[in-house]
Amino acid sequence: MRVTLHVDGAELAAEIDRPGESLLSTLRDRLGLTGSKNACEQGECGSCTVLLDGAPVCACLVATAQCEGREVKTVVGAVPRPVRDAFVQCGAVQCGFCTPGLLVSVADLLERDPDPGDAAIREALAGNLCRCTGYEKIIDAVHTAAATLAGERP
Amino acid sequence: MSVATRADFHRPAAVGEAVRLLAEHPEAVPVAGGTDLMVAVNYRHARPEAMLDLTGLAELRDWTDEGDAVRIGSGVPYARITAELATVLPALAAAARTVGSPQIRNRGTLGGNLATASPAGDGHPPLLATGATVEIASTSGTRTVPIGEFYLGPKRSALGPGELITAVTVPKAAGPQQFLKVGTRNAMVIAVCSFALALDPDARRLGTGIGSAGPVPLTAPDAEALDLPWSSPGRFDDALAAEFGRRVAAAARPIDDVRGTADYRRHALAVCAARALRRVWTTAHDRSPR
Ligand SMILES: Cc1cc2nc3c(=O)[nH]c(=O)nc-3n(C[C@H](O)[C@H](O)[C@H](O)COP(=O)(O)OP(=O)(O)OC[C@H]3O[C@@H](n4cnc5c(N)ncnc54)[C@H](O)[C@@H]3O)c2cc1C
Ligand code: FES
Ligand code: FES
Repeated sequence: MRVTLHVDGAELAAEIDRPGESLLSTLRDRLGLTGSKNACEQGECGSCTVLLDGAPVCACLVATAQCEGREVKTVVGAVPRPVRDAFVQCGAVQCGFCTPGLLVSVADLLERDPDPGDAAIREALAGNLCRCTGYEKIIDAVHTAAATLAGERP
Repeated sequence: MSVATRADFHRPAAVGEAVRLLAEHPEAVPVAGGTDLMVAVNYRHARPEAMLDLTGLAELRDWTDEGDAVRIGSGVPYARITAELATVLPALAAAARTVGSPQIRNRGTLGGNLATASPAGDGHPPLLATGATVEIASTSGTRTVPIGEFYLGPKRSALGPGELITAVTVPKAAGPQQFLKVGTRNAMVIAVCSFALALDPDARRLGTGIGSAGPVPLTAPDAEALDLPWSSPGRFDDALAAEFGRRVAAAARPIDDVRGTADYRRHALAVCAARALRRVWTTAHDRSPR
């Protein structure tokens, strides 16, 4: 069956052949959009996090066929430049596998709460696992991104 | 009209259409947030030939104020229960806030939690403690099942073939409530055990719900019947709280598993229940000293 969805602003169509195909598989394997990572396929790691109609979800747990006509934003379309820059600047990226998912979660957090405290950051990022950084630098990066974005606002 | 194609995926737009499709296509597996089902699909534990999407049913995706209760559509995600219902349904909102992660709470629903009927599901203890009712629809109409009659066994419930959960009606809090969950971290844990408590000071009633400590979510009737000093609340003491904890632990029927031993679960439940009772009692009587 054919599913038409909007991904990072573009209207795309995917031909899927089983009803349970995940949005993550469709993005990566059918549409060649490999920004969203696959590390567990069970909702535990958050490396596949995308915005579905504006809310962060695990793409591995969404059936593609549920996305007809809906808006998906991946790391490519969801993340303001200063958030990405802050991750690089603060050393919040090591192997980088968790990074796309984290960036999407951070972009969503800063959209809702422009100046989050550590507790709010930890709660918002609880569904994104990182095996490398120990999280401290990620939290630094969120504060840095928040400060940059605040400075950019008129 | 919904179209079924070779990869059968039904997208009904109304509940009536959904139950009709389910009757015509008994092989179609309903999917709401997908946070239970898609894990099984991804790991090939389930290979549905057909699926029936519930996320397009606007009727399931809202809650309504019914005066002394809130009727929550089965498709309302946890994130909204936490954000919108914390004042009127504090135990359920607290439980919703502990589910998985933000990503899981944006998708996962109470309907899916009930249909999965895992003894560890976090929605169950608050629903038991508050005496909720489950609304179930099929082509033969709608029926309501009191929550105490819903759970039949591990992952078995009163939900029959061809039926969909449409809503859960939860009485509004008549006093303070608590939900406590034991696990290895604050996020992303299946409960080792959990406990919900609802206090109704005017009716002089306690409601309890125990999770992850038996083949089904349980209540603790003996603990609810504990003789408390309702007329002179100042006489409440730690001994009473401890006795309440013992009675809750005695109502549990836990097993040893990877998450914890039966002994640990009973111990933790006694501690949680005593703590919950102290908290609700203090809150109720600090606010309105009699
Ligand atoms: C990483 C992760 C962490 C989790 N953490 C927790 C946790 O902390 N606590 C907890 O309780 N659960 C947790 N879960 C489990 C899951 O999120 C919940 O059980 C959730 O409530 C399921 O809802 P859903 O809408 O996603 O269900 P789905 O996966 O869409 O459906 C689950 C089952 O219910 C059926 N179903 C769904 N809706 C209906 C309906 N309205 N009528 C009839 N049948 C229906 C489906 O056919 C399917 O069999 C977690 C899951 C993951 C992946
Ligand atoms: S791949 Fe989706 S959460 Fe891990
Ligand atoms: S940088 Fe390697 S997992 Fe996070």
